[in-house]
Amino acid sequence: MSLSPDSSVGGAPALLSVRGVTKSFGDNEVLKSVDLDVSRGEVVAVIGASGSGKTTLLRCLNGLETPDAGVVSVGAVSVDFASAGQGRGGVKALERAKGSLRDQSAMVFQHYNLFPHRTVIENVIEGPVVVQGRSRDEARADALVLLDRVGLAEKADAYPHQLSGGQQQRVGIVRALALKPELLLFDEPTSALDPELVGDVLLLMRDLAAEGWTMVVVTHELQFAREVAAKVAFVDAGRVLEMGPPSQVLGAPREERTRQFVRRLTHPL
Amino acid sequence: MGIDWSLFWDSLGPLALAALVGTIPLALASFALGMVLAVGAALMRLSKNRLVSAIARLYISVIRGTPLLVQLFVVFYGLPSLGLVINPWPSAIIALSLNVGGYAAEVVRAAILSVDKGQWEAAYMVGMSRRTALRRVILPQAARVAVPPLSNTFISLVKDTSLASLILVTELFRKAQEIAAFTQEFMLLYIEAGLVYWVICLALSSGQMRLERRLDRHVAVA
Repeated sequence: MSLSPDSSVGGAPALLSVRGVTKSFGDNEVLKSVDLDVSRGEVVAVIGASGSGKTTLLRCLNGLETPDAGVVSVGAVSVDFASAGQGRGGVKALERAKGSLRDQSAMVFQHYNLFPHRTVIENVIEGPVVVQGRSRDEARADALVLLDRVGLAEKADAYPHQLSGGQQQRVGIVRALALKPELLLFDEPTSALDPELVGDVLLLMRDLAAEGWTMVVVTHELQFAREVAAKVAFVDAGRVLEMGPPSQVLGAPREERTRQFVRRLTHPL
Repeated sequence: MGIDWSLFWDSLGPLALAALVGTIPLALASFALGMVLAVGAALMRLSKNRLVSAIARLYISVIRGTPLLVQLFVVFYGLPSLGLVINPWPSAIIALSLNVGGYAAEVVRAAILSVDKGQWEAAYMVGMSRRTALRRVILPQAARVAVPPLSNTFISLVKDTSLASLILVTELFRKAQEIAAFTQEFMLLYIEAGLVYWVICLALSSGQMRLERRLDRHVAVA
């Protein structure tokens, strides 16, 4: 494991840089040497069929999955997974490395994963207070501002099960924002929602993009990718097969696999 | 055969007192210590370290595979031959908590495993360590799942304390034996003792229901 400052790639400083990340589950090689760069303030949509490895890739960015090899750098933290976890005390060192990587980002989950035994506001301040050691009053005040922003201030003392899916996911986003991360990771944030609730969540994400948050969004929402993302990465069979502006990747794909995938999503019948 | 009601009422006081100062404190103390052992053993069982997990597995296997009476006798009558003499009360508490710990460990382990994996991930995501995630996120949710089976464990324990009478602890059953031996009214006294156990267990069952309702407040019941 090494801690090194940001690497610069092609002018704009990369906030997130992924080099040669591989990951297998047993014999199943899910990620085959993935490279990815995301600049500060950039929104990247990651698309691909289920089983292509896009969610695994996202989970490697915050150590929820441990890559077999490769380097993941977010902000000032860089972890080389080929060497991390080797030698004496390796397991602990690897956990520490993943922890410091995780502290750079916050994730929004497909199934929200709110804490069901805590109220909305307790969900939001759990990380800031318990982990980051901020004062409860200050964290509550910040949380209320964020909740108000997503129209859920009056639900602050409700429990997650009392909210709709769309409301729960907005709380999930607020919980991520409250951690004040460098990078926001979204794992199919609208896939579990009823169709009529998808819009609110996507609009909120568009606002966040406009505010300058750096976001990596695994999604099937091509319209969102087209309108909000600066870049679209098409993941196929464990590789980033094609990456570029949405007009190119979605509008005029270079690769036949991308073309097929985009066509299937835009013309399902 | 008539029932000697005056003996029944006269014995009720001493039996209730024996339950109050013997059976109930013995059960409470053993359950509290047993739960500490259970959570510890459950976490050891779930450890990735094979040795740690194997130790917990062995403990659980020995406790579940041997009679409680044998465990009580080993502690009270067996250990003195190794030069370790322990009084009846501490002996009973040691044996009963070890016993409860072994049984409840599997309940606690199952309850921890029943919590959705996404809860661990969300806890890690907000920056928690494994220990903090357990304490703040996983165990509170596992507790709800574990209440019904642990209530069963506790109710069994209350009745199992009667075995402590065999290592000279004066609890409810031993008191009934004493009165029965003195009055020769075995049927009456043993049924009366049984009734007192039953009343205690009824109270515990209603406590269990109230606890479950309390813990359900924040959870949509599927």
